[in-house]
Amino acid sequence: MTISSIPTADPRHAQRRVPGAPAGAPVRADRRRPSRTARYALWFVAPFVVLFAGVYVAPICYAVYQSLFRIERDALGLTPPTEVLDPLFNYSAALQDSAFLASLGRVLLFGVVQVPVMLGFALALALLIDSASARGKGFFRLASFAPYAVPTVVSALMWSFLYSPTNSPLNQLLEPTGITVDFLGTQLTLWSVANVVTWGWTGYNMIIIYAALQGIPGEVLEAAKLDGASPWRIAWNVKVPLVRPAILLTAVFSIIGSAQLYNEPFVLSSSTGTIGPQYTPLMAAQSSITAANYPYAAAQSVILAVGVAALSVVFFRLTSRRSS
Amino acid sequence: MSAPAPAATVGAAFASGPSGTTSPGPAPRRPVRPRRDSVETTVRSRVLVTGVLVLTSVYFLMPLWWLLVAATKDAGYTFAGNPLWFSHFDLFGNIADLFAYKDGLYAVWLGNAALYSIVGAGVGTLIAASTGYAIAKYEFPGRRALLAVVLGAVLVPKVLFTLPLFLMFSQVGIVNTYLAVLLPSIVSPFGVYLARIFAASSVPDEVIEAARLDGANERRIFFGVSLRMMSPALVTIFLFQFVEIWNNFLLPSQVLIDEQLKPVTVGLVTWNALVQSGQIERHMVIIGAFVAVVPLVVAFLSLQRFWRSGLATGAVK
Repeated sequence: MTISSIPTADPRHAQRRVPGAPAGAPVRADRRRPSRTARYALWFVAPFVVLFAGVYVAPICYAVYQSLFRIERDALGLTPPTEVLDPLFNYSAALQDSAFLASLGRVLLFGVVQVPVMLGFALALALLIDSASARGKGFFRLASFAPYAVPTVVSALMWSFLYSPTNSPLNQLLEPTGITVDFLGTQLTLWSVANVVTWGWTGYNMIIIYAALQGIPGEVLEAAKLDGASPWRIAWNVKVPLVRPAILLTAVFSIIGSAQLYNEPFVLSSSTGTIGPQYTPLMAAQSSITAANYPYAAAQSVILAVGVAALSVVFFRLTSRRSS
Repeated sequence: MSAPAPAATVGAAFASGPSGTTSPGPAPRRPVRPRRDSVETTVRSRVLVTGVLVLTSVYFLMPLWWLLVAATKDAGYTFAGNPLWFSHFDLFGNIADLFAYKDGLYAVWLGNAALYSIVGAGVGTLIAASTGYAIAKYEFPGRRALLAVVLGAVLVPKVLFTLPLFLMFSQVGIVNTYLAVLLPSIVSPFGVYLARIFAASSVPDEVIEAARLDGANERRIFFGVSLRMMSPALVTIFLFQFVEIWNNFLLPSQVLIDEQLKPVTVGLVTWNALVQSGQIERHMVIIGAFVAVVPLVVAFLSLQRFWRSGLATGAVK
């Protein structure tokens, strides 16, 4: 990672120009007196750089390094297991591991459905709260944002009680209609998990989109109105295209979040048998750790991270092509 | 699921009231927008829009309301009666039970969560502020690389470094200590990113120059002048980091073994896993979940006021 190229507070480096600055460019640094102040700047960034290297860069390198080893145990377990360098072993094992592949597929399905539903909901909410017809905007903003203040673990616990197969309060409320929903049955479990995530994050995404809506200059909307556009048309043809960057931002964060799905299914798994120990890729990696197979867990998380990076790149490509 | 908070926009959304105050961005983003359009809305559209909004807020608030109601019901009656209305009220008895259980283990967990969140977010905000400030206000070797790394780190899935941290920390011997949770919590690339934006917009170069002419050194300028000018923004960074640490589950569950060191999220999940086997009553988990939300709601509401006014005054400049 490029972080290693950043020198620590060393006076010898302080005299240097910004690397990569064009030679003929006026030295902006002149005004900021690089020789003396640059040394201070390095002191200002040093704590972050050191900690970042320690808890971000080093673990990533360590995970990649570790994933290259194979654990060898002797059949009787009499001697401690040894680690043998075998770069592709864990990766090929993971890509043939049906439980791990199933978890990747499950999370992909989850993301493909949940992310658009949640963002559509968030966008609709933001447009409604932003619309001239809304009353009590402050209250609705806070109400939808409130779940963000609830730890995901607590919201998962709360929903696990609401979903409870034996005495679900939701089914109790549905009783007059004669409907009983098996929230944690084979059919619905994934979507019940999706509901917990949607409940927790819609308001958060709504606020980001809403802030962008608030940034639209009044003149633009006035002009559209003078042209005789209906509120629906203004929302769809003027507001939505203008807040597209905010929507893309929430989409990327949601994709990354879905890939790391863990807390909600993990908590719900103690209320139902339909969520196994390898339900999501992260849970699969976690169970490899529990089984003391660290190199395999490392390979699984590297595969997940590479997959997420690839998805983000594809997403950026697709969306930027459409806009040009 | 966790995502870094675009706190700048979130803060701005709360700060900009209907009267149209501006956000703390580099330029006032919202020139006073005529809000006379309310006159033109029809009663029908008002009823429709507000009706839909009421339905959505029922969705968002109903589970929380259920939690509140369930937490007030006497042990054994948690699932009795109307799930959305009070009966067998015994909230204070329940809370007393919760804090008495296992010699006040729950209080220890709450204390730990507070320690991790306050220390982690406090130190983290300071580090993010100095780093963001340096990136915004100084030329130094590696500045661009640092900025690129900070932006890239926001997008890296956290799992990639959370899982190996346990092994690394056990090798240095800090696994199962407060430090194992605090060290990774302190580092917030997103905080640095925000601090950079805020420093660029709220600390004018002229002020720094003037302080230099007065003979103040860079450290004094940062702590005495710049940090103060950035303070409304720092509250935003602190708040979001606080919430993130309080809500974190994966990291502490990974690096802690000792019951006495766990934060409340990890503790509650431990309890919940024991409900099925009957080692603890479900009732206890519900009250625990309820109490764990209260400090956050309080922090949110009380800091929101400070934060909102801070942003508003910051934006007037």
